[in-house]
Amino acid sequence: MSAITADRVSAVPSAPRGTRTYRSLSWVATHAIGIAVGVVFVVPFGFIILTALMTDQQALTSNLWPTSWHPENFVEVFNKAPLFSYLLNSLMYSVLATAFMLISSVPAAYALARFQFRWRNALFLAVIAMMVLPPQITQVPIYLMWAKGNLTGTLWPLILPNLLGDAFSIFLLRQFLLTIPEEYADAARIDGCSEWRVMTSIILPMAKPAIAATGMFMFFASWNDYYGPLLYTSENTAHWTVSLGLAQFRTAHQVQWNLSMAATLLVMLPVMVLFFFAQKAFVEGVTLTGVKG
Amino acid sequence: MSIDDTAAAPLTGGAARRGLVKSKTRRSARSERNRFAALMLAPALLGMLIFFVYPLVATLGFSFTRFDLVSSPQWVGLRNYRYFLHEDPLVWPAIRNTLWLTVVMVPSRLLFGLACAGIVTNIKRGSGVLRTLYYLPALAPPVATTVAFVFLFNPATGPVNTILGWVGIDGPLWFNSTTWSKPSLVLLGLWGVGDLMIILMASLLDVPKEQYEAASLDGANGPQRFRYVTLPNISPVLLFAVITGVINMLKYFTEAVVASQVASGRANQGEGTATTLGYPSHSTLTFSQWVYQEGFTNFYLGYASALAVIMFLATIGFIVLLLRRSKSFVEGGRS
Repeated sequence: MSAITADRVSAVPSAPRGTRTYRSLSWVATHAIGIAVGVVFVVPFGFIILTALMTDQQALTSNLWPTSWHPENFVEVFNKAPLFSYLLNSLMYSVLATAFMLISSVPAAYALARFQFRWRNALFLAVIAMMVLPPQITQVPIYLMWAKGNLTGTLWPLILPNLLGDAFSIFLLRQFLLTIPEEYADAARIDGCSEWRVMTSIILPMAKPAIAATGMFMFFASWNDYYGPLLYTSENTAHWTVSLGLAQFRTAHQVQWNLSMAATLLVMLPVMVLFFFAQKAFVEGVTLTGVKG
Repeated sequence: MSIDDTAAAPLTGGAARRGLVKSKTRRSARSERNRFAALMLAPALLGMLIFFVYPLVATLGFSFTRFDLVSSPQWVGLRNYRYFLHEDPLVWPAIRNTLWLTVVMVPSRLLFGLACAGIVTNIKRGSGVLRTLYYLPALAPPVATTVAFVFLFNPATGPVNTILGWVGIDGPLWFNSTTWSKPSLVLLGLWGVGDLMIILMASLLDVPKEQYEAASLDGANGPQRFRYVTLPNISPVLLFAVITGVINMLKYFTEAVVASQVASGRANQGEGTATTLGYPSHSTLTFSQWVYQEGFTNFYLGYASALAVIMFLATIGFIVLLLRRSKSFVEGGRS
């Protein structure tokens, strides 16, 4: 995957008339538009932060700037809703789902990408079908299975299936594993490596970036998931995740927009921090989803 | 999708190379490889059977029954489908809203995403910062951005209508209006265009720059270069973006559910009966929310299964139609 850097495009020639004034004019225009669009993307966050620092009375007026500042709102949020419990539940869901997904999906993707067998293409088509079909289509029987096992009301119906593979992750990993030349594996086989060693000590180390990206996608997807927790845990507040808790927050606390916005920011924070630490792997992963499709 | 073109290359290369391995050990090596592949695939195969194949078949079965989770399913033949075709008043809103959102959301996100990608790829200095800024909303949890968006577009005191008021515009009711609720969701979708932008950006960067140079030498202007160089090169990625966009609209759930819940100020669950799905007056009720509502808030599991079967057929139909229609578009682009 090519690293995304702007300098590769800088060579795109400007208009054929290429005079200096024209070029500098278009430079100014592109940058002006670029910055203006950037402002549109970011200004909402500004309003959210300002509102989170207001009193609830101020938040109900059309003042955009706080008349007095109340950073203690961010503490108050924890008193109003069991945010710590939501965070713990979200963390448990995301970490376990990601770990389980990696255990099951990396080997499956490896087999699908690097071995030839009769049903390989049919199997891959099934993986794509699982990935694209809306979850509502198969929801009734799956819900009934978990209800029989008395696991509805918890997050386990969302965590445990990852032990048996996740379609999107298998797809993504397979796409990357295809790009590693088979010669590496053959060389190792000639040297007497078992298939297990070929996989674990030759091929998978080369796929580290893809494995990291896939793991991060899974982590983000489960952290952000709303449909799953709503379906299984909406009756049982002890198992609520941050997404579910946040959606209920404003309803439960009337129109306290200031606290709602403070809670919103607190929910956004962990993924933002994670993103800044792993930006490169993440962007490359997003690219992987599109280019090979 | 051209996945199999890429699949064939390394494997045939490997197979040719494998011919060099001594033929004596070949058969045993081969069976070892098969056993290994089967072992690696086994958990995922089991998952596929339990969480995909069986539920698909079972959903079809349940769709011919009346079933409420408490008593056991009761065979009613085609009654659920007849109710869908002739009686249910929610059929039309659910289908119309899903189609409306698909037809408006997918093209506008694609155009805006392409514009953003174009801006970021054409800027030399600070493009990394801009890319991050553009991408930020796509990264935040959808529940969080939706709650924030409903606040920003809150009709009485929200910043958007306040600012519109400064320039003398009397802002609409946004998420509280039946005409503006879907456009508001589209605006929310545009705010979160970042993931699409990154994919398009990568495809723009993969266009060989020699082609731009050649076109310029031939005297092509900006729009012509876009039409004859950029577009043919990125058309496979555009097709991919349209297909995933349509699928995402068929799945569309979180944003609509949270927006109607926050805008209405009522809870979706708790008491179990009160539901705000589709607020205001079914204007944001999409098909996927409808299946959820019939199945898991009303507990008409049989009817929900029938809706799921219809949804399955519609999804397959959509994808086949898109792939057929677009074949000429993409292949024409490649030549």
